[in-house]
Amino acid sequence: MLRWIVWRDLTLAWRRRADILSTVFFFIIVVSLFPLGIGPETELLRSIAPGVIWVAALLASMLSLNRLFANDHQDGTLEQLLLTPQPVFMVVLGKVLAHWIVSEIPLVLIAPLVGLQFDIPNDTLWILVLSLLIGTPVLSLIGSVGAALTLGLRGGGVLISILVLPLYIPALIFGAGAVEASIMGTTPAPHLYLLGASAIVSLIFSPWATAAALRISVE
Amino acid sequence: MNLYKYASPATFYPLAGKMIPWFAIPSAILFAVGMYVGFFVAPTDFQQGDAYRIIFIHVPAAWMGMFLYVLMAIYAGIGWAFNARLASMMASALAITGAMFTLLSLVTGALWGKPTWGTYWAWDARMTSTLILLFLYIGFISLQSAIDDTRRADRAGAVLALVGVINVPIIYFSVQWWNTLHQGASIRILGKPTIAAPMLAAMLIMLAACWFYSVAIVLIRLRCIILEREQNASRFAEVNV
Repeated sequence: MLRWIVWRDLTLAWRRRADILSTVFFFIIVVSLFPLGIGPETELLRSIAPGVIWVAALLASMLSLNRLFANDHQDGTLEQLLLTPQPVFMVVLGKVLAHWIVSEIPLVLIAPLVGLQFDIPNDTLWILVLSLLIGTPVLSLIGSVGAALTLGLRGGGVLISILVLPLYIPALIFGAGAVEASIMGTTPAPHLYLLGASAIVSLIFSPWATAAALRISVE
Repeated sequence: MNLYKYASPATFYPLAGKMIPWFAIPSAILFAVGMYVGFFVAPTDFQQGDAYRIIFIHVPAAWMGMFLYVLMAIYAGIGWAFNARLASMMASALAITGAMFTLLSLVTGALWGKPTWGTYWAWDARMTSTLILLFLYIGFISLQSAIDDTRRADRAGAVLALVGVINVPIIYFSVQWWNTLHQGASIRILGKPTIAAPMLAAMLIMLAACWFYSVAIVLIRLRCIILEREQNASRFAEVNV
């Protein structure tokens, strides 16, 4: 069941490749705007890079959250999925996993390139990738709660950012903190451990909350 | 006496009406006493001068802001789990008062910070987490107002409030660790002063006043919500809306 849902969502996403690319370009463009707004001093850019890249990743992943359930909700597939004997937990987990692969993995892959724009040292680029790799599942998992709650509401796109962004703050702090610690020359391990802990906690709790929210929204 | 009968909005409505003066009048008296003690009895602080007196409203407001969020989540959870409409209405009524106190604590904190720290805003751990608490309140209120169907609004709000409550400690600790990492930007609060007895008294009286005020105003708002939602029920036909 899990594999089937992931496979189905991946196939659907593959047929609309432009959506994936637009998320990636959004990420790159937002990150590139900061030097234009702040100025080209390398020293300053390097010190703000972790925060800028992480905030852009937050915004980019939030942008794609609308698609998580909306299409299935519109054509009625979602109701059918909720009616299957499988636990809703698994449905949610499958869809979140697919969303992570489709929307977050490209960001993780493109992040080193963006990091070069900010003159991040090579060793730190690996930490940036690692922090995004551990941290982006948190974004997908928490975001799915917001996506389920705002399903089918008018102005859902803006509303979801108000609901979800405050809950993203721990991931932002630990993720950007790891990269920053690495730039400063100290060990990023504590931040990464905490980020991993956040990922596990959200893996346990948020599919339940999303499942409950879906039942409420579809009812 | 069967207390459960008051779980029905129809029977709670007149009870709430009777309870309001019992909280509104003590609140007014306590505010008056608290302000008298705060302004005239409590001594001037030798370091901060008279500017410190804003804490008599700042500290109770911050406490109420945090306390009301937890209370709101509890009520929303009860309303969701037991399908108790009144508890859900209570959660909606609490949200606005809680957000108001959180905003009040931020504003008074900024006004106190300018003469004392020399800046309106510093990214101090407590200020930052209070700001995030305000965001959580705003999320709850805007989610509920975006949903037209009240049943769905109540339940969606409950999910959000409970997720928020689980997150509040995580956010609090992450902000605290974040803050200690950025030592340079933070401003230490002046060394722990031993608080004079009249100061403590004024603060506690103001806290009680805020608490009574919250109960009274939440009951008034609850009555409005009951009227709004049950306007089609015949038993409210005689009430002038």
